Amino acid sequence: MYRFDHKDLLGMDQLSVSDINMILDTADAFMEISSRDIKKVPTLRGKSVINFFYEPSTRTKASFEVAAKRLSADTISLSATESSMVKGETLIDTARNLQAMNPDIIILRHPSSGAPHLLARYVDAGVINAGDGMHEHPSQALLDLFTIRKKKGRIKGLRVVIIGDIAHSRVARSDIIGLRKMGAEVTISGPPTMIPVDAESLGVKVVFDPAKALKGKDVIMILRIQLERQSGVLFPSVREYSIVFGLNKEILKGAKKDVIIMHPGPINRGVEITGDLADGPFSVILDQVRNGVAIRMALLYLLIGGGRGDNLD
Amino acid sequence: MITWIKGGEVVDPRLGTKKPQDIVIQKGRIEKILPPGNFNPTSDADLNIIDASGMVVTPGLIDMHVHFREPGEEYKETIATGSQAAAAGGFTAVACMPNTHPINDSRSVTEFILERARKANLVRVYPVAAISKGLKSEVLTEFGDLKQAGAVAVSDDGRPVTNSELMRRAIEYARFFHLPVISHCEDLDLSNKGVIHEGTISTRLGLQGIPAASEEIMVVRDILLAKLTGYPVHITHVSTEGSVRFIKRAKEEGIPVTAETAPHYFSLDHTAVIDFDSNAKMYPPLREPKDVEGIKRGLSQGVIDVIATDHAPHSPLEKDVEFDKAAFGIIGLETALPLTLALVKEGVMDLPTAIARLSYNSASILKIKGGIIEEGKEADLTIIDLNNEYLVEKESFKSKSHNSPFIGSRMKGKAILTMVGGRIVWECDELNPGSR
Repeated sequence: MYRFDHKDLLGMDQLSVSDINMILDTADAFMEISSRDIKKVPTLRGKSVINFFYEPSTRTKASFEVAAKRLSADTISLSATESSMVKGETLIDTARNLQAMNPDIIILRHPSSGAPHLLARYVDAGVINAGDGMHEHPSQALLDLFTIRKKKGRIKGLRVVIIGDIAHSRVARSDIIGLRKMGAEVTISGPPTMIPVDAESLGVKVVFDPAKALKGKDVIMILRIQLERQSGVLFPSVREYSIVFGLNKEILKGAKKDVIIMHPGPINRGVEITGDLADGPFSVILDQVRNGVAIRMALLYLLIGGGRGDNLD
Repeated sequence: MITWIKGGEVVDPRLGTKKPQDIVIQKGRIEKILPPGNFNPTSDADLNIIDASGMVVTPGLIDMHVHFREPGEEYKETIATGSQAAAAGGFTAVACMPNTHPINDSRSVTEFILERARKANLVRVYPVAAISKGLKSEVLTEFGDLKQAGAVAVSDDGRPVTNSELMRRAIEYARFFHLPVISHCEDLDLSNKGVIHEGTISTRLGLQGIPAASEEIMVVRDILLAKLTGYPVHITHVSTEGSVRFIKRAKEEGIPVTAETAPHYFSLDHTAVIDFDSNAKMYPPLREPKDVEGIKRGLSQGVIDVIATDHAPHSPLEKDVEFDKAAFGIIGLETALPLTLALVKEGVMDLPTAIARLSYNSASILKIKGGIIEEGKEADLTIIDLNNEYLVEKESFKSKSHNSPFIGSRMKGKAILTMVGGRIVWECDELNPGSR
């Protein structure tokens, strides 16, 4: 008998195909709650969830918080500026102190790859990786898979292209792992300076030119160009990037007629994607955000014990 | 008092031999080396017999690359605790790199290290002084004064000498004082704040990678500077197959270079980092399987002359943190011997060659005594049980730190007795019961 049996969600790597299906199915069931007049169920009443963000975040932080509240969990949000990190406390000490308050789940966003793994070794609470350095962002990948499945009816066999700064993107890593596990074909694209070394070892095809890479694809995922990385070493200017590597109407013609365009946000309009495409009929960017809440509700529910058949309510 | 090491097989790394011999030691020196059964002590002699049957007796091992953290970071290691770790690992001499706090770029620090070593009174400690003041690659240190104070070599280890002109002049100037020059090869721009080897694992984990070329570019630069100046350069901690190939070619062309690797570069590859284990983080980083093979080939062909540990103690303060924030380096003194012996078992080198890489060759490069077993020489010896098997445990380290990726590994081969100048500085008590 299948059981969802994880304490933590540190990366897509740890999830089996059954786990992923279970999360997506559970999210399906939770979708309806968000459309109710009274968007709250008592499922996680009495449970506490700590939202711990060492990096700025709008979407992910709000999404987890809304998800927890809709399930009636108590939530506490901490950010780097108000945490003891600015006072020189180590992550492990912070972890031990948080653990002493006996939370059920700690959601961590951190600039260092592997930080949630370190945290998970020191706390009994479940740990959800909400983005660690350039490593993984599993809840984003799950909401992307969920969005694709809802729009396309399946994931297996679809042809997906991810365009942008793959090397520095945790979203790309998690998406690649998740998509490959679920049987999609993945191509990555962007300037060679932003394609990681030995990228093929991730099970993807590399086609540098976006116009060629998106030919015949079912799904286009655009990554945000982190303007703070614009040191002039990885690419010379935003202007040139948008001309050569940005998604626009012209090159989109090569994709399938029913292509969907995704973006994890926040968007730099006119840089990696033109504004009309971001708002246009192929775009599912706001669906991603909507679906994100359901995915995070599913994760909280399953990790706290829903998948193990515990009686939660 | 006379010490009689009886029944062991004596390894001579210079001659490449291993044969049953007894060694007689008096007043700290090797008095006689003779075939077993040929020593007849006079009955009234004050005699200490060490039964080495079933063991090998080698010249005391020499580690030409350690960081003992004193002065400045005594919470990680002191010269005394480092010396204990060395002795327990079978080492009778070590060379200490200059990146302490303050940096060993002046006579007073060199003298301080030697004073602390005298107080510890265990193994021979040879200070290596900085090439540039403050390890800043700007101006040379006073090589003459440092040598007179007791420094045996110069190196900016921990950092490369980034200024090629300064490196050239350092080599030329070192020549006047016959000081060996040891080079940490790294192009800091290419390393680009990387934390592990650039390859499939850095790509998978989203950690900034350090390409092999970062090391190789500087290896080639220093080979060219050795050629330009005609004076030897010793390349420390070689980790890539490419470096081995460049050094091989340089040696074939008669360019005076020597090279050293560390046990982790032939024992582990970059997959050791997969769980974000900061005990597998060091510079240079653990590389790919093909590099591990390249290092072994280099050892087998004599391209790499020396195995040194790069013993780099760190406390949990530096290691139990986020991977990218963790300090580089691992301890090595207490695992180097068994890891090297594993290569002997694998057929990479024979035992005398392995011992040469762990002793004689370092002594030759540093122009220090030791590395040989010869009548009249100081009795710096290591007795090794090649068959002793054990588990590496955190608690068993004599080093003050325990940042080792080998904790939990099974090892075979152990120094059961270490002798410096005829004095026993380490003896493994659980072994050889009743021998004395």
